[in-house]
Amino acid sequence: MVKEDSMNIIVCIKQVPDTTNVRIDPETNTLVRSGVQGIVNPFDMYAIEEAVRLKEKFGGMVTVITMGPPQAQEALREAISLGADEAVLISDRAFAGSDTWATSYTLSRAIRKIGKFDMIICGKQAIDGDTAQVGPGIAAFLDIPQITFVKKIEDIKDSFVCADRMTEEGYDIVESPLPCLITVVKEINEPRLPSLKGKMRAKKAEIKKLDAKDLDADPDSLGLKGSPTKVVKIFTPPPRKGGQILKGEVKDVCGKLVDLLKSDICL
Amino acid sequence: MSIKVITEKCVGCKLCIKTCPFGAIEVINKEAVIDLNKCTLCGACIESCEFDAIVLDKLSPTDMQFPKKFDEYKDIWVFCEQKKGVVQSVAYELLGRGKELADMLGVELCGVLLGENIKEEAYKVIHRGADKVYLVDSNALKHYQDEPYSKVLIQLIKEYKPEIVLSGASSIGRSLISRVAIGVHAGLTADCTGLDIDKKERLLLQTRPAFGGNIMATIICPNHRPQMSTVRHKVMKEAGENKNRKGKIIEKSYDSHTYSSRTRLLDIVEEIEETVNLTEANVIVSGGRGMQSPENFKLIEDLAKALGGAVGASRAAVDSGWKTYSHQVGQTGKTVCPKIYIACGISGQIQHLVGMQSSDIIVAINKDPHAPIFTVATYGIVEDLFEVLPELTRRFKEALKR
Amino acid sequence: MDYLLTEEQIMIRDIARQIAQEKIKPVAAKYDAEGIFPWDIVKIMAASDLCGIYIEEKYGGTGGGVMELVLATEELSRACGGISLAFAATALGTFPIILFGTEEQKQKYLPDIAKGKKLAAFALTEAGAGSDAGAIATTAEKKGDHYVLNGTKQWITNGGEAEVYTVVASTDRSKGARGAAAFIVEKGMKGFEFGKKEDKMGIRASATRELVFTDCKIPKENLLGKEGMGFIVAMKTFDQSRPGVAAQAVGIAQGALDLTVAYMKERKQFGKSISSFQGLQFMLADMATEIEASRALVYACARMLDSGNTKVSKDSAMAKLFASDVAMKVTTNCVQLFGGYGYMRDYPIEKYMRDAKITQIYEGTNQIQRGIIANHLIKETAAK
Repeated sequence: MVKEDSMNIIVCIKQVPDTTNVRIDPETNTLVRSGVQGIVNPFDMYAIEEAVRLKEKFGGMVTVITMGPPQAQEALREAISLGADEAVLISDRAFAGSDTWATSYTLSRAIRKIGKFDMIICGKQAIDGDTAQVGPGIAAFLDIPQITFVKKIEDIKDSFVCADRMTEEGYDIVESPLPCLITVVKEINEPRLPSLKGKMRAKKAEIKKLDAKDLDADPDSLGLKGSPTKVVKIFTPPPRKGGQILKGEVKDVCGKLVDLLKSDICL
Repeated sequence: MSIKVITEKCVGCKLCIKTCPFGAIEVINKEAVIDLNKCTLCGACIESCEFDAIVLDKLSPTDMQFPKKFDEYKDIWVFCEQKKGVVQSVAYELLGRGKELADMLGVELCGVLLGENIKEEAYKVIHRGADKVYLVDSNALKHYQDEPYSKVLIQLIKEYKPEIVLSGASSIGRSLISRVAIGVHAGLTADCTGLDIDKKERLLLQTRPAFGGNIMATIICPNHRPQMSTVRHKVMKEAGENKNRKGKIIEKSYDSHTYSSRTRLLDIVEEIEETVNLTEANVIVSGGRGMQSPENFKLIEDLAKALGGAVGASRAAVDSGWKTYSHQVGQTGKTVCPKIYIACGISGQIQHLVGMQSSDIIVAINKDPHAPIFTVATYGIVEDLFEVLPELTRRFKEALKR
Repeated sequence: MDYLLTEEQIMIRDIARQIAQEKIKPVAAKYDAEGIFPWDIVKIMAASDLCGIYIEEKYGGTGGGVMELVLATEELSRACGGISLAFAATALGTFPIILFGTEEQKQKYLPDIAKGKKLAAFALTEAGAGSDAGAIATTAEKKGDHYVLNGTKQWITNGGEAEVYTVVASTDRSKGARGAAAFIVEKGMKGFEFGKKEDKMGIRASATRELVFTDCKIPKENLLGKEGMGFIVAMKTFDQSRPGVAAQAVGIAQGALDLTVAYMKERKQFGKSISSFQGLQFMLADMATEIEASRALVYACARMLDSGNTKVSKDSAMAKLFASDVAMKVTTNCVQLFGGYGYMRDYPIEKYMRDAKITQIYEGTNQIQRGIIANHLIKETAAK
């Protein structure tokens, strides 16, 4: 049973390449990226913020975890500078090449190792994979209820959370017992900027590490070996080419456009 | 399985370094060296190497073995999402492609329908090409909830063993199938833009974008069944309707434990959009930073109304508070592929393009001739949008008599 | 250039840079056009612990000094020299308390300023007393347990928005410059009103107002230091704050240069980017070098101050003089390099030129700075 006045929250984050700097080089038709910066997945920033807000409201602790190579530590430290209390890096060569199934499995084993929690918060999706599968995957492995695409937490009371789940038409109001897992969308909050004291704490923070043997995991379920899906081909999509610029006086140009599109609009 | 550089072929041109999104490659003594600690085996470098000097070691033979038990897995299933008792059009799109895939494999196409009092809809699914429909009708399934739907679908899959399961990548589909994939230890590929069959290996070839659409990947699930995919709305073409088509409806029911849900749906709230739903729309008129103020969005709305379309917005406009997030088109907003997308005062940064570049026709109106949007626009107008929009609206109204 | 900053200084610089990029940049043009005071930015800075970076830990700050102030001011000014003033001018108004305040005064006022709950302002200038600060006419008459202030201060940055004002007034006009004293005055005290908000050429997001004292009673506990020390308080305060103004100028210049280089790469004339024309490249090189030189001067001066060195007047005058002259020169050239677009208010560069001008004028005009430098040179030679 959880007292409202204390919440143990786990936030799952991912360090991703900064795709805002990623674009196609028109000459080589390949992906080009400037700098080696890894950033915290933007959706995870909202997850961290929500967790910290809940902690500030109800008391308790925020533990942020990530599965990644050693440099993913930077993402964890950034989360600490924003208010997370503890950080765990789940890292091992054995995890390389994990698809979403293996990632969900690995993270769920790590969470079991970490211990009791009231809520797990994930960002909706990572902007490199764009799958949105890992959040529900973790919930399935841990056999806990989930609420996805949460745009607002209405209330947490008597070990139940009531949240607004975004749908195509609007939103559903869903109630779930704790512990549960939620994935959050951008609308849920405005992430804060790091504070100086936060950054100083992040610098000194001790990051706990878990590797494959710490997780007591089935080795056939880890990494590339444990991934049911395999990538067989990577290619860059043919670039969309520009068409024509309509020239002339505004009146003429508009007239031309209307003629060109008229038949496409009348269905 | 690992990645390696064929040193004899590598000339140290550094193209792979620029391409690697994880900064995992260095050139040492004129040869590329991949740091396996940073490499995630994404394969972007392989594609970029003009000398074919980087290879992903082939899957080992044991990985490619197909245990006999996969012979038990047959048929292509389409999860037919319903809302308020009506099957959603994304399901009909999947049935369209699903039929083609089923024909390639020589198996049946089946619909899966969960809900309450929806037998009539099951017939519609058959009319759209399904040979069979697995129907689970219960009050507990009236509205989507993660747990009862997952448990039912998992039971169905375990009992009837489909080789492929397809679903719309909607807010329902993505939550549901992610959970089900764990329950049946299946491989799941989300947001596929292409589905095909490798007939020799009887494998589903799933193509999807990654890195915000900058890269495409083809994925297979060789050792696990079913092979599961979610597909976005409007990516595939809807199946035609044949009201005379006949098929089988298999009605199933389960115990209360299967139907139980720890979460409770308290209410369904619909938010009224001024114009048509963005992802459904055939015409979208979108405004960006160039609109300069929220009041000016009226020009966008007027044109959208004249065209019977929806109003979109770039991230810049949404961040400035001129339009709500539900209108945002782009990498962190919605992906749309209408017939016509009219971008007004939008510069066309990659994050926006990713959300709309598969539109059939793109029209760009921007007074900056260097705006990147013109590189993808079918028709470009380099003029002041404050002059163009009212004029266009007037002319379209006339031409379409609206 | 690597200035061998400490880890904490790097953190401060990075946070200020993030605030500048993510929060100030999107609103800078609007706040400038409409003269909006950036309370939202102040709140964000407070939440990031930036407001107390020059204030001791025991008063709620993070224990840094002028160097930290300079780093933050420069980064914020790169995005907007007007918005950064809400922060920088507060430091100016707070230094008198830090340098001359009693323990009680520090305990009373510094914590709220360190937490960003209150802003501060410094008030010396009057209509008849600009460079000739000794000619101030605002009087503070001692009456038992309080002073009565009468007079008007002019062009006070943060005027009307700040809660805490450090005001220099004359307690004995017959003594001239030796008859002044500094006081802490709080917004809301009876007899303390504000004049209209000035309509300025630049730094328009900063609020500049008159302070009008009409028989304003302030408790004697609010006297800073002793009677007669007014100008010493002012001069010592300026010694500390000049690097801050200089940092604002460096930030404005750097922000303008960054925009200009990016623009020049995009802008094509005669078939190539204008950044490939050697004549223009030389302009860029000169600007970059001058900005770096002014930055180095400012940082050196800040470090000197933080080391406890009190013989800083000549050096801080040099930093302020040089950085502000460079900022004006650089921003003017940047407008030039933008060509016709540089003159259009639709484009962001003309704002930098409008903002830069004030740095040559306030906190001691550059003519006064030259006077200070020359005087010190002469004194030093005479002493040898």
